[in-house]
Amino acid sequence: MTSDIAYEVMMDHYRNPHNYGSIENATQKITEYNPLCGDTVHLEMLIKDGRVDDIKFIGRGCSISQASASILTETVKGKEVGSLKELTDEKYLVSLGVTLGPAREKCALLSLNALKKAISGVKNE
Amino acid sequence: MLDPLKVKKDFPIFKRKIEGKEIIYLDNAATTQKPYVVIDAIKNYYENFNSNVHRGIYKLSEESTDLYEKSRKNISEFIGAPDPRGLVFVRNTTEALNLVASSIGQGLKKDDEVLLTMMEHHSNIVPWQFLKAKGVKIKFADIKDDGTLDVDDYVSKITPMTKVASVTHVSNVLGAINDVKELGKIVHEKDITFIVDGAQSVPHMPVDVKDIDCDFFAFSGHKMVGPMGIGGLYGKPDLLEKLPPYMGGGDMIKSVTTEESTWNEIPYKFEAGTQNVADAVGLSAAADYLRKLGMKDIRKHETELMLYAFQEERYVEGLKSFGPRSLHLRAGVYSFNCGEVPAFDIEKELSGERIKISKGSMHPHDIASEMDKEGIAVRSGHHCAMPLMARLDVQATARASFYIYNTKEDIDKFFIELNNSITRFAH
Repeated sequence: MTSDIAYEVMMDHYRNPHNYGSIENATQKITEYNPLCGDTVHLEMLIKDGRVDDIKFIGRGCSISQASASILTETVKGKEVGSLKELTDEKYLVSLGVTLGPAREKCALLSLNALKKAISGVKNE
Repeated sequence: MLDPLKVKKDFPIFKRKIEGKEIIYLDNAATTQKPYVVIDAIKNYYENFNSNVHRGIYKLSEESTDLYEKSRKNISEFIGAPDPRGLVFVRNTTEALNLVASSIGQGLKKDDEVLLTMMEHHSNIVPWQFLKAKGVKIKFADIKDDGTLDVDDYVSKITPMTKVASVTHVSNVLGAINDVKELGKIVHEKDITFIVDGAQSVPHMPVDVKDIDCDFFAFSGHKMVGPMGIGGLYGKPDLLEKLPPYMGGGDMIKSVTTEESTWNEIPYKFEAGTQNVADAVGLSAAADYLRKLGMKDIRKHETELMLYAFQEERYVEGLKSFGPRSLHLRAGVYSFNCGEVPAFDIEKELSGERIKISKGSMHPHDIASEMDKEGIAVRSGHHCAMPLMARLDVQATARASFYIYNTKEDIDKFFIELNNSITRFAH
């Protein structure tokens, strides 16, 4: 069940997104969108010494997709890139604390998909 | 007069409650609900007549063939087609348009042009884009700011190379009704093949393909209380005869050798493989059902609902609805946004020119989600019309679309819930 607090936290992130904007010396830039609804998230990251030194996003979409992007930036900032592999879809959805239907889960996972693609590039280098 | 509450009783799905709430179904442009008579017709077919058509010489096959061909005749009459040989059964409008684009496309050459409009559904864009591989060019006629087709622009985009013009009868986003009879006259003067996408018109208004004088006309059964998986492509019989087949297989041939094949008569030339007989019979029952209600009365009912929506929308702050305001140019499709939802653009977003959400604004996806909590089904997204979304400079819209079982009370609940959602989302 969705707790009222988790829901309010998400709504607060939606209304006042954290880490909204762009990073001048970003090492990673990626835009992901959901073709079903057009929800878009653009992520920029600065990865330094194997850590997420900075991460910002801009986007447009439903409350779930945008709140989730905001929460994700808070979650991964400062973390080691290697440790982000452990952040699975399931774990991330649970951490949001809200119950979503299958259609809305895609919204919530949009930014995580963007992040995964961005850091898969890091490992290849 | 059409009584929507009486109509509603013919549809078993409305007995269902979702989390204790009655279903208010406002996504009829996507698909419609099915009445008992259609469900029963399908059941009756499988219980009593099931067998393959045009093959067996036994009783069941004869009866099944008879039912299939009677359905063809009945559905032909429903759209005003004078000759049932002109009706090819397909899965849906998408398949009809793919068939016609692929088969006509075989005869097109490099630099030939296809004229479309900015309000087309993807199913009337993508099949034509397949022809770009052979050098065919596609042109799009613009819309006017009032959401109607810009006929001057349409005419200006016709060139000596234009070979095909394909246009939607009714826009699934704007609800705009195009004067296809007039457009047909314009393009026929230049010997251009004229195709009409009738997915959003056949279910909602009297349609007469003979009067429109189109060369081909595509429609779906499931949007007119018929089953999913059956639809029609009407073509003028002499044109269908000239058109090469689309799919090869059983039943569409006259003879086959290891070297080559010859084609069956129309419409069978376009009906390869075992046909969807049960759903053709179901669609025929749907046509009977709609005919009984009266297509003029259905159109009148939806016009009244649209007028009512136009009156009530003013109570929603920040609401912007799309499409023509003149009721005679407007079908029962109501697309709208709460606040501005412009297309996403990284540069503009970062420059702060267009930023975030404003008070009273709500993303269409959230609107649909919030409405769902009250049992109200509305659509959100690009509605398979991404070029139109770009033209309207919106990322997406929400959409309510009306049909025979919708009431003014449904629209009241829709607007009340919309207001409640906006309040919840407000800063």
